[in-house]
Amino acid sequence: MNDTILLAHGSGGKLSHDLVEKKILPSLSNPLLNKLDDSAIFEANGRLSFTTDSYVVNPIFFPGGDIGKLAICGTVNDLSMSGAKPLYLSLSIIVEEGFLLVELERIVNSVKAAADEAQVNIITGDTKVVNRGQADKLFINTSGIGIIPAGIDISGANAKIGDKVILSGTIGDHGIAIMSQREGLRFEVPLESDCAPLNKLVSQMLEVSTNIHCLRDPTRGGLATTLNEFAKQSNVGIVVEENTIPVKEGVRAACELLGFDPIYVANEGKLVAIVEPGDANKVLAQMKQNCYGRDAAIIGEITNDHTGRVIMKTKLGPSRIIDMLSGELLPRIC
Amino acid sequence: MKFIDEYQNSELAGKLAHRIANCSTKPIRLMEFCGGHTHAIMRYGIRQLVPKTVGMRSGPGCPVCVTAIADLDKAIAMAHLPGVIITTFGDIVRVPGSYSSLQQAKAEGADMRIVYSTIDAVEIARVNPKKSVIFVGIGFETTAPTIAASIIKARREGIENFYVLSLLKLTPPIMKALLDLGEVRLDGIIGPGHVSAIIGSHPYEFIPRDYNIGCVISGFEPLDILLCLNKLVEQIEGGKPKVEIAYPRGVKPQGNKKALELMNAVFETNSANWRGIGIVPQSGLRINKKYQHFDANRAFEVSLESAREHKGCRCGDILRGVATPLGCKLFGKVCTPEDPVGPCMVSSEGACAAYYQYGASYE
Repeated sequence: MNDTILLAHGSGGKLSHDLVEKKILPSLSNPLLNKLDDSAIFEANGRLSFTTDSYVVNPIFFPGGDIGKLAICGTVNDLSMSGAKPLYLSLSIIVEEGFLLVELERIVNSVKAAADEAQVNIITGDTKVVNRGQADKLFINTSGIGIIPAGIDISGANAKIGDKVILSGTIGDHGIAIMSQREGLRFEVPLESDCAPLNKLVSQMLEVSTNIHCLRDPTRGGLATTLNEFAKQSNVGIVVEENTIPVKEGVRAACELLGFDPIYVANEGKLVAIVEPGDANKVLAQMKQNCYGRDAAIIGEITNDHTGRVIMKTKLGPSRIIDMLSGELLPRIC
Repeated sequence: MKFIDEYQNSELAGKLAHRIANCSTKPIRLMEFCGGHTHAIMRYGIRQLVPKTVGMRSGPGCPVCVTAIADLDKAIAMAHLPGVIITTFGDIVRVPGSYSSLQQAKAEGADMRIVYSTIDAVEIARVNPKKSVIFVGIGFETTAPTIAASIIKARREGIENFYVLSLLKLTPPIMKALLDLGEVRLDGIIGPGHVSAIIGSHPYEFIPRDYNIGCVISGFEPLDILLCLNKLVEQIEGGKPKVEIAYPRGVKPQGNKKALELMNAVFETNSANWRGIGIVPQSGLRINKKYQHFDANRAFEVSLESAREHKGCRCGDILRGVATPLGCKLFGKVCTPEDPVGPCMVSSEGACAAYYQYGASYE
């Protein structure tokens, strides 16, 4: 086998079969996938949750993960945020001609490791090869199906006045880790992406409380955007205290340098939960038991003032409105 | 975080705010020259901490905002030249020119890359020897020394395909021009911290001497700004305007000698076109004869249609301190960060972006 991806690897012919059977199937093997039929067939009972996401991260390898890990965690987390227990995922890879096979193997291994950790199976997939220049190295799409346990009703529209806002840990780790690797912006930070599957954290939270009203992972757009989505969807106000929001030193320093506010920087292993006040401490204590919720904190609450808006009490005492992220985060000039 | 937390201490901030309130007896209007100050003031809610007597106006200290629309049109035209890679700092790519933006040019196929340092632009030139790499050099005295250093590096290393379109501007001449215009009564100036780290405090001595108002140079953390406001209020109440440094950890009276030498080695002063203000003599920097090979203005010719300002946009008035963003009819309605009409809404240092982001539109 050649050491780079050729157009013929996507032809549907012998090389395509070789690629799937030698480079992908051995890692991801499971009875449903191994049948290699046109579609996977399975049984499911109950309310289902279905989601899809495409991953085009640049660079594809970054401190703390790679595009493969991200593609699994992202979709697992999207399912988890509806309270669903993730069951099955699809994996569709679009790869640029000339891509190194050893890098593809590395990505497939990350996919496997992340799927194993999240205890989900990949049961259907696809591989396409495009001409050099028609894609930037490698893109992945994953879709996922999960099952929602009885009695769970989680939605961004469910926040109630008085509910507490819980954040599962430090913000901005993923965005800054990625940014530190970008061309023209290289800087050394002892930081890794927080990319992680959160399904176990969510199921542990649901074990101690069925009064979790909203869950969301603050990915692109950061914490500020997620809070604004809740405020608008639920038609409530949100007040958060800047002092209570955990931010790593390295992230703060990089944000100072680049002129960013960490509340707008992306996360890939964090969640925000809106929880009934009586259950908040219980949920928080349970979250702290999980390695992905160790730094969890109550950062604010839902109010009936300033409906649809998010207010932050700054470190100095005065309050200000925090809006959604607009446009792209770009480094400042001076 | 060390060197940051000390300057964000809420107890000390309260004490300083109290001192300002005790000292301030009459309504005053100060101008924060620098866009970084506008943002810090809004971000930390400093206007809520100081008494209502202390009014603040934003000035022209946002490099993206003061870039003339004609200069922006030129950069966009250069981006479309065959074999050219345009490099620049962040925000300017989103600013609408007369007919397009650098971001739009990129979408249409121009090779446009955002860099964080001009040295990275030189690197892009090195690895693309068959292309012409133009760096769109915006900024004040803060960025001029690093741009000068990149030109010197390119010369020393024989990188001949690197060019700079210098749109650099100078701070003291524009302060003088604004004070001469006399459109807004000002009682004091919050001097720019980063610019002054380069040029020092001496170049502002003309402000108390010729205009009888004070200029206090400030850092960008909340305590820096409160200390600066305290000094300005004391000066005004005492009737003794002068130049002071409220940012001694960043600014020395004589400035940064090395940086000034670099700047002077590569650039010479020239008139510059300021958005909303017009051509101001001796307020810009152009590449001198010795380094003229690297001058994009000399190396590339582009034909331009006449520049066209956007109807109703008051960025010019805002940059002169004549209006606040809330005085612009487009603000928050037609002009938003997602769909900006003028540069003050685009730049992370623009007054409109600060007012919008930190909620003044809901006041």
